[in-house]
Order: sequence, then C-alpha cells, then structure tokens
Amino acid sequence: MSYRITGSTGEWEIVVGLEVHAQVVSEAKLFSGASAEYGGEPNTHVSLVDAGFPGMLPVLNQECVAQAVRTGLGLEAEINLFSRFDRKNYFYADLPTGYQISQFAHPIIGKGKVLVDLADGSTREIGVTRLHLEQDAGKSIHDQDPTRSFIDLNRAGVALMEIVSEPDIRSPEEAGAYLRKLRQILRYIGTCDGNMEEGSMRADVNVSVRKPGETDYRTRCEIKNVNSIRFVMMAIEVEAQRQIEVWEAGGTVDQETRLFDHVRSETRSLRSKEDAHDYRYFPDPDLLPLVIEQSWVDELKTALPELPEAKRARLEAEYGVSRYESSVLCVEQATADFYETVARGADARLAANWMLGDFFAALNRTGRSIEDSPVSAEGLRELLGLISNSTINGKIAKEVLEDMVETGDSASAIVERKGLRQVTDTGAIESAIRDILAANTDKVDEYKSGKDKLFGFFVGQTMKAMKGKGNPALVNETLKKLLSE
Amino acid sequence: MSLDAKTVTRIARLARIGLQPGEVETLGQDMGSIIDWVEQLKEVDVMGVDPMIGTGLAKPRLREDRVTDGDCRDKVLANAPEREGPFFTVPKVVE
Repeated sequence: MSYRITGSTGEWEIVVGLEVHAQVVSEAKLFSGASAEYGGEPNTHVSLVDAGFPGMLPVLNQECVAQAVRTGLGLEAEINLFSRFDRKNYFYADLPTGYQISQFAHPIIGKGKVLVDLADGSTREIGVTRLHLEQDAGKSIHDQDPTRSFIDLNRAGVALMEIVSEPDIRSPEEAGAYLRKLRQILRYIGTCDGNMEEGSMRADVNVSVRKPGETDYRTRCEIKNVNSIRFVMMAIEVEAQRQIEVWEAGGTVDQETRLFDHVRSETRSLRSKEDAHDYRYFPDPDLLPLVIEQSWVDELKTALPELPEAKRARLEAEYGVSRYESSVLCVEQATADFYETVARGADARLAANWMLGDFFAALNRTGRSIEDSPVSAEGLRELLGLISNSTINGKIAKEVLEDMVETGDSASAIVERKGLRQVTDTGAIESAIRDILAANTDKVDEYKSGKDKLFGFFVGQTMKAMKGKGNPALVNETLKKLLSE
Repeated sequence: MSLDAKTVTRIARLARIGLQPGEVETLGQDMGSIIDWVEQLKEVDVMGVDPMIGTGLAKPRLREDRVTDGDCRDKVLANAPEREGPFFTVPKVVE
C-alpha cells in the first residue's frame, strides 16, 4: 500500500532522502590525537589542531578510514580506493578554522543499499548514494548568558560519516525503518554506537511532494539536525503537509533549510535566502589524496562480523525460529548471542518463545538490559531443560524464572527448595481428580449432559489442588478417562 | 572585465569582510583583472588530460588511533579574545 496524503486537489506522494551523520567509533579524532570520547570537561579533548591554531597540520587517523570502509562493506557499497578531502567554507563560532574538512567530489564510499522491513511484512531496498568522512564541529551553548554564547570544542574534529540516501523513501514509516536498519548495521559492525540522545547519530531530512505519476521531483526542503527517529517521522509529515498547502494555494516551494520544532509540530525557515549555501569547496592543500589498497579492503571484509540480514537467515535455518522471532532476536547482537547460548543444548523453539515472552518481560520489569541480565543464558537454558525433561511444567517454570530474577539462584536449586517438581505419579493425580469430581457431582452431571466447556474447570481445580505441580498431559489424560467412567 | 557590484558584495559577505562603498568598484576591477589573468589557462587544450591533483604520488602519512594530544585547555584558551571559565565566549549567536 502506497502512502498518500490527501489535499484539497487530490492525493500527493512524498519523496524523502536522508543524510545521516554518524559519529565514528574511534579513540582519537579524525585529524588530531585528541580524545574523541563523548563528554569530558569543556575544552579538554582539544588539541591545537582542533582549535585551528596557525601552522597546525591535520594528519588522518587510519582507524577512522577503516571504520568508513567497514561501514561501506556493510552497506554493500562501492569502496573508492582513491578519495580526497575538501574544505567546506563557512563561518560559525564553533568552527575555529572557518572550514570543515569533508569529502565533496571524491567520497571514500560510493553507491550502496539498505534493505528495510515494513510493518506489512514487505521488504524495500533504499539506495545509498555515498558515504564520506568529515569533521564534526564544536558545541555552542546559548543559554548560559544573556549576551554571549559559550563555545566548547571537545567535539570539534571528531570523525563523522555522512551517509546520504537516494530519494527512495516514500513514507514516514520507511524513513523510520531505514534509520533503524542503518543504526543496526552500524552497531553490528561497531563503527557508530547509534546513540541518538548523545547526538552520535543525527539526520538531515530532504522532503518534497508530488502528484502520484509525476516522474520529476519538485523542489525539496532540507530539515536540519533531527535527533530522533520519531522526530524524523513527525518532521516528514508536517513538512509534506506544509508543502502541499503551498502548492495547492497556487504558490511554489522555495529550496531552503528548515528547522523542525517538535513542541509546536511545525517546520520553520532557518536561513535567509540570500545566505543560501555557498561553501566554496576546494581540495584541502594540507592533505594528500587518500589512496587505499584493495588487499587492505579485503582484509577488513574478512574480519567483518556477521551482519543482521545474514544472522537472521541463519537463525531461521539453524534453529527453526520464525521470521518475526529472528528479527526481534537480531535487533541487537548481544540478544542474538544470548539466544544462541540458550538454544545450543536446549529446545531452540522453546528458547525463542521464552526469550520473547517471559524473559524480555523480566528484563523490562527490572529495567535491565541483556548485557546485565539478572538471569544468565546458561541459567535460562537450565530452566528450559527442566521443562523439556518434564521435571517442571511451563506454568511452574514462570514462577521459577521470577524467583531466579529475584534471588539469583539456579533453576534446579529453586525447584528443590520450593518442592516444585512436577507430579507424574498417575496414582497421585488420579486420587486428586477423584476428590475434585466427588466434591462437584453437579458439574460432573452437567459435563456428561454435554457441557464440554466444564473440562477446563476440572483441569483448573485439579491443578489448584496439586499446587500447580501436576503434569498437564497426565492430568488431561486421567481426567478424560475418569469423566467417561 | 570588472566584477559587478552585486558579486563583489556577495563575495565580501561570504568572507565576512566589511567594505566601504568606494571599495566595491576598485575591488571589482582588481578581482576582474585577476580572473582575466587566470583565464589565460583556458587557451591550453587539456582534452583527455586527467586533472592534476598534486606534484608527487606520495601517500599521506596516517596516524594510529591513539590519544596523544589534548588536555591543554590553558594553551587552547590562551589567545581567546574573551572567555568564561573553561569556555570561549562570543557575542550571542541566535538561530
């Protein structure tokens, strides 16, 4: 189903492209030896290179190049063995040199793609135009003083990957799915932590609208620096709506940079038109062109971890889990690893079921993540083993899991301590059932005269009498036998 | 040729250079003659010649990914025209 917005003149289609700025995971900055770590006391992660002192020369960090190449490989993109750095000139207080070192004409990574999964179960391919390396700027703080802005250069010079998509996105949902998938790939490869709250992933959103069937694009607007997936989706909706109103009122949309205000749910023009981008790019004379070897790219490729798509396909084939289960288990690498530890040596389908159900619920309840889970993978595997070998039934297992979360004891220790071992002694089950039937002769008569639904009532009563420890299959079987006597 | 006043004003603004009214015309002529001089290059036929990107084919020196610099706030802030505690300060920037 195509996403359409209905205006007064009929339906409109939206066209969206995203420019994602992803902070590269590295120890040091792109061109200096200062720390790239987030936070830190103001202006301490700053070298004289980052502060733009005269005579300071940039020296490229090899690991940042490797990270860009790894990301390119993860996006199945062309890796350009020749690339070059350019100066993008503009004046802003948190840009000490007056230019940002970026890659304009010759980016390190060319065309690639991202496969996104949509809610209706379909998959779409979103093209990646390019990925290039560039420096981040410093941070301006505007709320400390009525007349002055404060500048912290800790982030100035930190390596960013700008990942530009093709204008292939046709709905807010697709934009959200693209960002989630991109973040997942970056996190799997370890090239960006994807933390949008700390600003390590930010998006510029290009939006235009057109009538379905039009083949040319109309004028687009760029919404700068949107810092959450939800806001990206909201911004697309309100900006598309605004443009449709402009077109339908007989006006034309101006190409401009806009800002998304999520409180007022609107976009506003950010820069006056005469200040339109004129960055006067030119090759940075301080840096030789970057030439990398195919053999090095191959080495990096060999060392790449298993990527989300491949991992998901493998979990489905190897463990027989459903596509939905595999996609949830693969959102984070750590979750997939945890699952595999549980599933090796346990009933793999049962393991998936328990992880997506009671185990995730326990994590949510305790506010813990998979990394500091109160129950280890080995612990969960032991619990599932007790279900599989009929030591306990599924219902009791839920109780045991809660106890494990609470006390940290092992499943078998809890079963022993609380005496939860399931009763498989047919004699004991039969005697419990006979007591129930004797105490409910009226219901037995109703059942026999055709009220089949009462069967569940007898099961419930029996389990209650046995404190939940009856083997469900045996209870059912024995009940059927005694009720037909 | 001479650059027109609008172009000169625009270039000056992008470079954040304040011009006196009289300077616009002089600068327009100066810049025009620089461009004319460089235009001579157009007389050379470069069809099929790759753009020259440097004089040598040296590879850039790359640095290892280690923290070797920074933690020198006093030096970084030493020449700041204005500062407040650990920050540079500038006239308020309003978006």
